[in-house]
Amino acid sequence: MDVFLQQVINGLSLGGIYALIALGYTMVYGIIELINFAHGDVYTLGTFFSLAVLTLLGVSGEVHGPALIGIVVLTIAVAMLLCGLTGVIIERLAYRRLRNAPRLAPLITAIGMSFILENIMQYWRGPSPIGFPQVVPNPTFHLGPVEIGAKQLLVIVLAVVMMIVLQLFIFNTKLGKAMRATAQDRDAAQLMGININTTIALTFLIGSALAGAAGFVSGVYYGSTWFFNGFAAGLKAFTAAVLGGIGNLAGAMLGGFLIGLIESLTTQFISDQWSNVVVFSVLVLVLIFRPSGLLGESLPNKV
Amino acid sequence: MTALRNPRWQTFALLVAAIALPLIVRNGAFTNFLTDAGAFVLLALGLNIVVGFAGLLDLGYAAFFAIGSYAYAMLASPQFGIHIPFWVMLFVASAIAAIFGILLGAPTLRLRGDYLAIVTLGFGEIVPQTFLNLAQWTGGPNGIGSLDQPTFFGYRFGFNVTPYYYLMLALIVLAVFLVGNLRDSRLGRSWMAIREDELAAAHMGINTTSAKLAAFALGASFSGLAGVAYGAKLQLVSPDQFQFNVSVAILSMLVLGGMGNIPGVIVGSLVISSLDRFILPQATSFLQNSVHVNVDLTNSRLLIYGAILVLMMLFRPEGLVPSRQRAAELHAGTSDPNAVAQEQELYTEAVS
Repeated sequence: MDVFLQQVINGLSLGGIYALIALGYTMVYGIIELINFAHGDVYTLGTFFSLAVLTLLGVSGEVHGPALIGIVVLTIAVAMLLCGLTGVIIERLAYRRLRNAPRLAPLITAIGMSFILENIMQYWRGPSPIGFPQVVPNPTFHLGPVEIGAKQLLVIVLAVVMMIVLQLFIFNTKLGKAMRATAQDRDAAQLMGININTTIALTFLIGSALAGAAGFVSGVYYGSTWFFNGFAAGLKAFTAAVLGGIGNLAGAMLGGFLIGLIESLTTQFISDQWSNVVVFSVLVLVLIFRPSGLLGESLPNKV
Repeated sequence: MTALRNPRWQTFALLVAAIALPLIVRNGAFTNFLTDAGAFVLLALGLNIVVGFAGLLDLGYAAFFAIGSYAYAMLASPQFGIHIPFWVMLFVASAIAAIFGILLGAPTLRLRGDYLAIVTLGFGEIVPQTFLNLAQWTGGPNGIGSLDQPTFFGYRFGFNVTPYYYLMLALIVLAVFLVGNLRDSRLGRSWMAIREDELAAAHMGINTTSAKLAAFALGASFSGLAGVAYGAKLQLVSPDQFQFNVSVAILSMLVLGGMGNIPGVIVGSLVISSLDRFILPQATSFLQNSVHVNVDLTNSRLLIYGAILVLMMLFRPEGLVPSRQRAAELHAGTSDPNAVAQEQELYTEAVS
């Protein structure tokens, strides 16, 4: 039982990372019905950007006290900004022209963008795994039978805070309203005076910025990364988005935590080798039996 | 001169050239390259049924290639001491691949196009991972070696690559014949109707689910063929031959050459294979040895596949060697005046 509870804690912190990535998938899908394959690589890029910031700051080990907070905030901010811009550039270059093309076309360019980003990262830091400095000290706290590390706490807290801020933004601001309107009916939104291009670009900005934040925490959490990291993580986060109900923000969060749990429990009780197989099987099963996801509404085929 | 324009004569001339090529260029490495490229032509022709004809984006096509190869490796090697003849295995493996195509397709083909893409992507990840994990049967990361060499009326293929070249060529000729006939069949026309508008096709009385399932199964069976031939030629299968980038490479071949068009698909796959195996390594060694620039272009494969996918989709979605129908369809919805004119032309052609 203790092992089980411990794996639940591990799964929740893993899930926090997936949830942050899944939000980007679900927002983009909600607004332009595109599976943004490059999103997983934007997340890896977030780790790479964070690493670059830490290198610039000369940080290579644990930092304590107020300096730690400063460094963490600065690194996350820069990674979010740069990833957000990357997302906007990708949308501008690869997706905007194809907004009215058959659906296969933007999907194929999205795969292409993913490969391009992966190759750029491979040029940048080489093909082997790269270490990520252990910036955050990792004292463990005991909660009854289980223990939780500071890093795990950081991941969970950061994910939850970002989600709350996002939720407030989407449902309480004018821009958020514009995003919801665009997702509901692009043409009608345009007729109401909403600038569609800006709104879609904003969606990419926010989604990719969240992936950037996830990139930083995954660097801290795993202590290493490599250029191909985003492929599997992206696929799992997409599974999370589908599991929760694609287009649904709360669903993406729920799905992210569930996928994290499934992965850590599989690793513990079956084997590490099978965790990917189990996660993708979950994806296939969800799509077959409940394609609208746990919290999503089923959509009729659009004519 | 008219003979030159007749597609039948063109095909015949190309076939003669393909038969003569290894006899003229007596270079083992070159023939070896052509044979491997031939396997990818077969794969591209198979994927073309799924993506090009039926318009279903399959991102895990390499999984069926893996299934074909592993079927041959398990049933025609010392691994279990089973030695089913190569020619029988061609049928068996393509049937096995087709069965897996149906198993994957039956529950998932109801899904919208982009979900299908993701499910096939997941399948493409699961299959090689499973072959990797089931080490007691599949040899794990080492794969299975010393697969049986084919024999042809007592002639052993051996280690010389030339017979495999002709084998691959024969399979391609067979595949082109089958795919061409499928395209013009009732089934082929219903695939294209589904690709263009699934809802309308269903209303015209096409059983869209069974037509899509047929596309999946037939497409998979071609990669089963390719898997057996490639496995027999290489005498080895291992899980790393079937990663996601193989699926994307095959997709790039279609996108580059022209989805839905048989000559286009063949041209696309030959171009990508030569880039991959021939041009990039050659250019790299030229740059490193003659110009003394230390770049390794073979590390740029992902970038090249990616750029092909993005640029082709943005600027020439119908591919370099397009079929007229697909071109008109892919330009629909954009404000390209040529496309609109072409679409009208096709429409009047269809009406009259």
